[in-house]
Amino acid sequence: MIYLNEDLCKGCYLCMEVCPRKVYTPSENLNHKGIRVPVFDLEKCVKCQLCTLMCPDQAILIEDDD
Amino acid sequence: MIENEHPHKFIKYLRTERLPHLFCPGCGNGIIFNTLFNAIEMSDVDFENISMVSGIGCSSRIPGYVKCDSLHTTHGRAIAFATGLKMANSKQDVIVVTGDGDATSIGGNHLIHAARRNIDLTVICVNNDIYGMTGGQISPTSPKGSYATTAPYGSTDKPFNIAEVAKAAGASYVAKYTVAQPIQVSNAIKEGLANKGFSLIEVIAQCPTYYGRKNKLKTPKAMIDWFKENTISLKQAEDMTDEELEGKIITGVYINKPRAEFIESLDAISAQNSDITPEDNINKAYMGD
Ligand SMILES: Cc1ncc(C[n+]2csc(CCOP(=O)(O)OP(=O)(O)O)c2C)c(N)n1
Ligand code: SF4
Ligand code: SF4
Ligand code: SF4
Ligand SMILES: [Mg+2]
Repeated sequence: MIYLNEDLCKGCYLCMEVCPRKVYTPSENLNHKGIRVPVFDLEKCVKCQLCTLMCPDQAILIEDDD
Repeated sequence: MIENEHPHKFIKYLRTERLPHLFCPGCGNGIIFNTLFNAIEMSDVDFENISMVSGIGCSSRIPGYVKCDSLHTTHGRAIAFATGLKMANSKQDVIVVTGDGDATSIGGNHLIHAARRNIDLTVICVNNDIYGMTGGQISPTSPKGSYATTAPYGSTDKPFNIAEVAKAAGASYVAKYTVAQPIQVSNAIKEGLANKGFSLIEVIAQCPTYYGRKNKLKTPKAMIDWFKENTISLKQAEDMTDEELEGKIITGVYINKPRAEFIESLDAISAQNSDITPEDNINKAYMGD
């Protein structure tokens, strides 16, 4: 599963930049902070954890489903 | 903050009541947390045994968010304070976080002499090629031709390669990577923590707000792309001329060559010349007698 903490995300899109599988796209809606937080396509994720290493705001958790 | 049932794997090391941190969106300083905690988890170092020290600057705000003992000191003096801390109790693992300005302009002498002494500190120098905190002045690492509030026509100076400076001054472990290489940065910090001596890990990081805005690299992505385009390895650099090397980020392990450590050398002298043991010295430092 992918969990994205909207209270921490600042909308820098570095997760989008580094994800090898193009899992993230900016949301169509602005949130309460005026940010289009990334939304994700879980199916495409290979759980490489790169986005969690590159997120400057510690906003992402990638969990193995088992 | 900001309670969350599914937090990022490194949130447990952070003072969550202070989050979100003050760094601008997409600032490289935020990525330093991830590489630091990743390194600590891979290393033999116990998180509980770590003390962090910093000077002044955006990067120097990093220790204040970490759930460990920390000292936020004066501009340029982080390494001097860290030297005192380490000498008072050499059993703790002392990590310094410093900026390019903090470490190489105002703090340049502390850096070279700590490296020369080979005191057991792990210094993470977050190099964004600018003074971020004070609004974008030129720093000793700003590339030739780059713009800043104090260089409106572009810098004419030859920049420092901090890793080379630390190596030349005598550091026993030196590595340099960019935040676009988070695995390499993590491994370098891990090796720096393991080295008993002065370790410097230079991490090239983006300041999109000042460096980016002044240099037509406005987004975090543009800055990361720019790092990737200009990153070369030490091996590649060997065959390049000075002209070809201008503006390049030369990455890799510059030196990993352990040698006599400062406090161990002092302890050996004490052992030869007095009855006071290093243990006594630590107790005296804490008890104040
Ligand atoms: C003695 C002293 N001189 C100057 C300053 C102003 N000052 C604060 S931070 C800073 C530069 C910070 O640059 P750097 O170390 O590269 O950190 P960054 O903000 O880029 O991470 C300066 C000059 C100060 N706080 N104290
Ligand atoms: S874990 Fe890897 S594949 Fe999955 S979203 Fe993150 S970067 Fe993309
Ligand atoms: S990297 Fe982190 S802060 Fe930046 S957009 Fe992605 S989730 Fe948000
Ligand atoms: S001014 Fe630059 S270095 Fe400071 S927090 Fe903002 S982006 Fe980061
Ligand atoms: Mg700086």
